[in-house]
Amino acid sequence: MKKRIHTLNIDDACDASFIEDVEKASGQKVSRCYQCGNCSASCAYTYVYDYPANQIMRLIQLGQKSAVLHSSSIWLCASCQACTTRCPCNIDVAKVMQSLRIMSREQETVSEKNIRVFFDEFMRSTRLFGRVFETGLLPVYNFLTGKPLNDMDLAPKVLTKGKLAFVPHRIPGQKHIEEIFARFEAHKRCENKCSDGPKAV
Amino acid sequence: MKRIAYYQGCSLEGLAREYDMSTRAVCKALDVELVEIPDWNCCGSTPAHSYDPLLPAALAGRNLAIAEGEGCDVVATPCPGCLKALKGALDVYQDEKKRAAFLEVLGMPFDGEIEAISVLQALYEDVGLDAIKKKVMTPLKGLVAVPYYGCLHSRPPKPNQFDDPENPIVMDRLLETIGVTVPDFPYKTECCGAAFGVTRNEIVGKLSARILDMAVRVGARMIVVACPLCQQNLDLRQDQISRRAGREFNIPVVYITQLIGLALGLKPKELGLKKLFVDASTLLKELMDANAAGQEASASA
Ligand code: SF4
Ligand code: SF4
Repeated sequence: MKKRIHTLNIDDACDASFIEDVEKASGQKVSRCYQCGNCSASCAYTYVYDYPANQIMRLIQLGQKSAVLHSSSIWLCASCQACTTRCPCNIDVAKVMQSLRIMSREQETVSEKNIRVFFDEFMRSTRLFGRVFETGLLPVYNFLTGKPLNDMDLAPKVLTKGKLAFVPHRIPGQKHIEEIFARFEAHKRCENKCSDGPKAV
Repeated sequence: MKRIAYYQGCSLEGLAREYDMSTRAVCKALDVELVEIPDWNCCGSTPAHSYDPLLPAALAGRNLAIAEGEGCDVVATPCPGCLKALKGALDVYQDEKKRAAFLEVLGMPFDGEIEAISVLQALYEDVGLDAIKKKVMTPLKGLVAVPYYGCLHSRPPKPNQFDDPENPIVMDRLLETIGVTVPDFPYKTECCGAAFGVTRNEIVGKLSARILDMAVRVGARMIVVACPLCQQNLDLRQDQISRRAGREFNIPVVYITQLIGLALGLKPKELGLKKLFVDASTLLKELMDANAAGQEASASA
């Protein structure tokens, strides 16, 4: 059973600059959240979250950096935009969740490791071929996460429809894609250097 | 003839092949010229939402820049996930603070004049319901089906947004135009969980079962979608969902372009109807035969 009630000693763990960091990264005024709960009520994933979306917002306000960046909620968020659509304070909650995912990557606090592996493999496939190679993604993911049989019940069905390619197709402009990734990484390195890198949790 | 750049996205080369086939066939039949973006690349989809938005913006931006180079001022995509990425790239470009970094990472000329829309928007606004109605040869009378829009069709809301974020109606209207009966469907925009199909299958089981169950409860014989990720989730994974829910679902999940194509008189083969996992062909064939028999009977009467 997932833990639904958490006891946090908010004085001990408070990082007062956290809200500023989140607001800067997301461009959203998290301080405006008045805890109406619309986001959590709209979110299809509340039942699997360790902290519902509104609590994530409150924890940010309270400077609870560690709890937020270690939470599984931020990785189980599907970016469905229901919260953003319904927030009466016009906070783009999905954008905040995205910024928290990025921060938790940088701080190595990712709790949902398998989801991260899948996302990373997806992007690696894109980088390598220019387009994601669907057929290759599943076996690589299964190998990396030690779940060889995951989704294998789908294989016979998929094979009979002749929809998937067996060999990856590299787009002619793959070099451009590689360059985009490389320039992006260089840009991030430079950005981190200028701001003394990400602050530890 | 309207000329629109076409960004099909990766799914439509693989598991959603029939969405690509039917989109192209329908656009051709409705005199919309789709110009495929040469050498297009992946937009990053949901996985990119855990990276700095600059990366997916540049990936999607490359497609926009190529489309601009082809002389197009509109790009249409059938995939709502891709659409979000294309619009995201335009947002980053419009943001004065981010533009320089975006152009630096993109590394090619781009002037941001292009507009990104969905293929549904092109059908609804550029072609229009009246023009479609005029070309309908075999209305799908007697078919009861619900449109499932998924998360991203009209969300998040923006100024000048196409369709309503809470109660989208574009697919409802398109389906009615081709003769389908459309009951109210309360779960039009509920998330189906597709992003976690591989990683957290039990979530998909729960979220998708709700949607299938509601469709059955409102009397639908079919679910109609416009998102390749939703489609794969509800169709390819329907057995998994059934197993987890402890009940047998057997409801076809078809692309809206497949139904429009049929109504326009296109062949099932051109529309890839047989590529769906849960069989839709039998039901559709029965329906078309019954409608044809009815037409003959009324013609000879
Ligand atoms: S965007 Fe994320 S947090 Fe918001 S409703 Fe969707 S899944 Fe929940
Ligand atoms: S909907 Fe907006 S104001 Fe309400 S709890 Fe969520 S973030 Fe706060």
